Amino acid sequence: MELTGAQALVKSLEMCDVEVMFGLPGGAILPVYDPILDSKIRHVLVRHEQGAGHMAQGYAHVTGKPGVAIVTSGPAATNIVTPLCDAYMDSIPMVAITGQVALASIGSDAFQECDTTGITMAVTKHNYLVTDPADIPRIVKEAFHIATTGRPGPVLIDVPKDVSNQVMEWHWPDEIDLPGYAPITEVDADKIAAAIELICAAEKPVIYAGGGLLKAHAADALQRFVDLTGIHVATTLMARGVFPDEDPLCLGMPGMHGNYSAVMAFQRSDLLINLGARFDDRVTGNTEFFAPDAKIIHVDIDPAEHGKVRRPDVPIQGDARRALEALIAKYETSGGSAVDRSEWKSTISGWQEQHPLQYEQADSGFPLKPQFVLEQLRDNTPDDTIVVAGVGQHQMWASQFWKFNYPYTWVNSGGLGTMGFAVPAAIGAKAGQPDRMVWAIDGDGCFQMTAQELITAAAENIPVKIAILNNAYLGMVRQWQELFYDERYSEVYLSPDHPDYVGWAEAMGCAGIRVESADEVVPAIEKANAINDRPVVIDFRVDAFEKVYPMVPAGGSNDDIILGPEGDADAKAKGTAPS
Amino acid sequence: MTDTSATGGEPSLHIFSVLVENRFGVLARIAGLFSRRGFNIFSLAVAPTDDPSRSRISIVVDVHNTDVTQIAKQLDKLVNVLDITELQPESSVERELMLARVAASDAEAVRQVINEFGGSVVDSNAEEVIISVHAHPSELDLCETALRKFGILELQRTGRIALGHLGG
Repeated sequence: MELTGAQALVKSLEMCDVEVMFGLPGGAILPVYDPILDSKIRHVLVRHEQGAGHMAQGYAHVTGKPGVAIVTSGPAATNIVTPLCDAYMDSIPMVAITGQVALASIGSDAFQECDTTGITMAVTKHNYLVTDPADIPRIVKEAFHIATTGRPGPVLIDVPKDVSNQVMEWHWPDEIDLPGYAPITEVDADKIAAAIELICAAEKPVIYAGGGLLKAHAADALQRFVDLTGIHVATTLMARGVFPDEDPLCLGMPGMHGNYSAVMAFQRSDLLINLGARFDDRVTGNTEFFAPDAKIIHVDIDPAEHGKVRRPDVPIQGDARRALEALIAKYETSGGSAVDRSEWKSTISGWQEQHPLQYEQADSGFPLKPQFVLEQLRDNTPDDTIVVAGVGQHQMWASQFWKFNYPYTWVNSGGLGTMGFAVPAAIGAKAGQPDRMVWAIDGDGCFQMTAQELITAAAENIPVKIAILNNAYLGMVRQWQELFYDERYSEVYLSPDHPDYVGWAEAMGCAGIRVESADEVVPAIEKANAINDRPVVIDFRVDAFEKVYPMVPAGGSNDDIILGPEGDADAKAKGTAPS
Repeated sequence: MTDTSATGGEPSLHIFSVLVENRFGVLARIAGLFSRRGFNIFSLAVAPTDDPSRSRISIVVDVHNTDVTQIAKQLDKLVNVLDITELQPESSVERELMLARVAASDAEAVRQVINEFGGSVVDSNAEEVIISVHAHPSELDLCETALRKFGILELQRTGRIALGHLGG
């Protein structure tokens, strides 16, 4: 069967079980858009290529399947660099297809030419420039394999226009031949035994649960391991939902804005069991002072993470689910731990009781506190609601105040911290899980970066719901300027009224609701929940002066955690050069 | 980096012999990786192996302040990298080639110096000679110093290549 390169590309995507792709056509990718008309793959037409990338990420986050974005050459390719970098940092499986100028024109500074593979080399797990249409099926198959196996990540395929137009003889490869790519997923039994020895001997163990657990579909295995060992769990920003917040052994989130009990449990622990996390600086603070007495068991499928930041006593390379299953089996045969951990457990309970997350909503209803909005949203939506956040104060409050009880219900930009992530990622998540309620919790600054994708959502009938915590500021930057720059507010004020968010939402084909006081919150949420024929935006006018606590000043030791405004003076004194 | 194997102020040179698929852009991937991870390349030599679908890259890295295992693990993540061997200087055979254009007011003296290093004069005219020496890189350093008194007009070294000792 003879096909054009373009037809072969679309057929290859079908062979890889692609259900939906997010994209926007242009010159160099035009040949590929013709067979898309005849394909069973749903195409969602975005309004900006960055949106296509984040939608693919949101889809991947909630389905576990690779997200696919397709855009043209030049500016379209550069517009998708941010999502690629975001996916690379957060290990999100994604395949991006970019058009390229004809092979003969490459290097000639042709119209809409850019060195896409060169530009994206540093932000992809791998990338390809296709030079022969006969290679397309093999390359697509390899790209999906690389994106989804080992430590997942983004893969880009750059397809020159003439390669799309040339004819090839269709063939689908049976095998994948990548001699330089063989991720190790099986775990080493000796390392498992060594880990169990440490676990059984530990007096103050704690589990540091990371996003790798979600990628490995290890939530059930983690629950069994915790039930068996009785060890407390802290879930990182990338792992929220992998272990239920309602479980008494859940400590919440560790790190810069983590729960006090999670931060302190790490600091005082004698054994950190890191499952698929990477000792990110937002978790460790100053590494010199991080968990100083803890031995480290570090499970990671990427061996380069072992010793990159913190040298593990027992490195375990492999898939987190297999590692947990092996740990469970070994723990059971070892007879378990004879160490009395009652003192450690009561210390942790003490922290939990003395230092819960706190805020105060005035009875008058004004000013409206963002944390109050989140608690009401949490309590007035289905348990399995998918929550998507942008980056900043609203993201931290969402992670803190939501109760995540199911895996794959939390989508956010962790490593790269990409403002504007929420709206398109929520659309991708809703496209992947159309029967679930999807709420994006966004900041006013973030919303303004990518809000135009709500036109996509309205046009494509993807009814996401957006809660803007509108504090009229770039709030996290404002918080840092207040604490670390003597309240000198430089370029952080946005105004609550410009734009008119309700008017903007309606102009984009969405329902718009404005909420200014606490008593309007629940009725607005109920109204939004009842709207399913178009997206909804709620403009929550929240207190501009509210800050995120707890807080570890950047570059400081986690021991210097401050719990609320009463600690601001300490933070100012201890805050070193923020980074 | 907590896992640092080298301390002190002296450069500590390690050789990575990296077997790669001979594909478009592989060298850029490796150079880019070194650059973005902050690893310093001291020298680099690359050419196809006896199998034309494979190239071998010899990368000499100053691992002072850098974790050697991190470099190898990060390299290993590149899809086109097939094998990485870290060669210790004391257990490997290292060679490098040097060409130099030397002012030859005293051609015979130049020839004498070069002979000591097993090199040869490969081109000459009334004022200059081009010499060629292949030897251990530290020998080339000495040779370079010895030639300096004549006046080195142009000099090119290839960067070292290496294979592990046979042992036994």
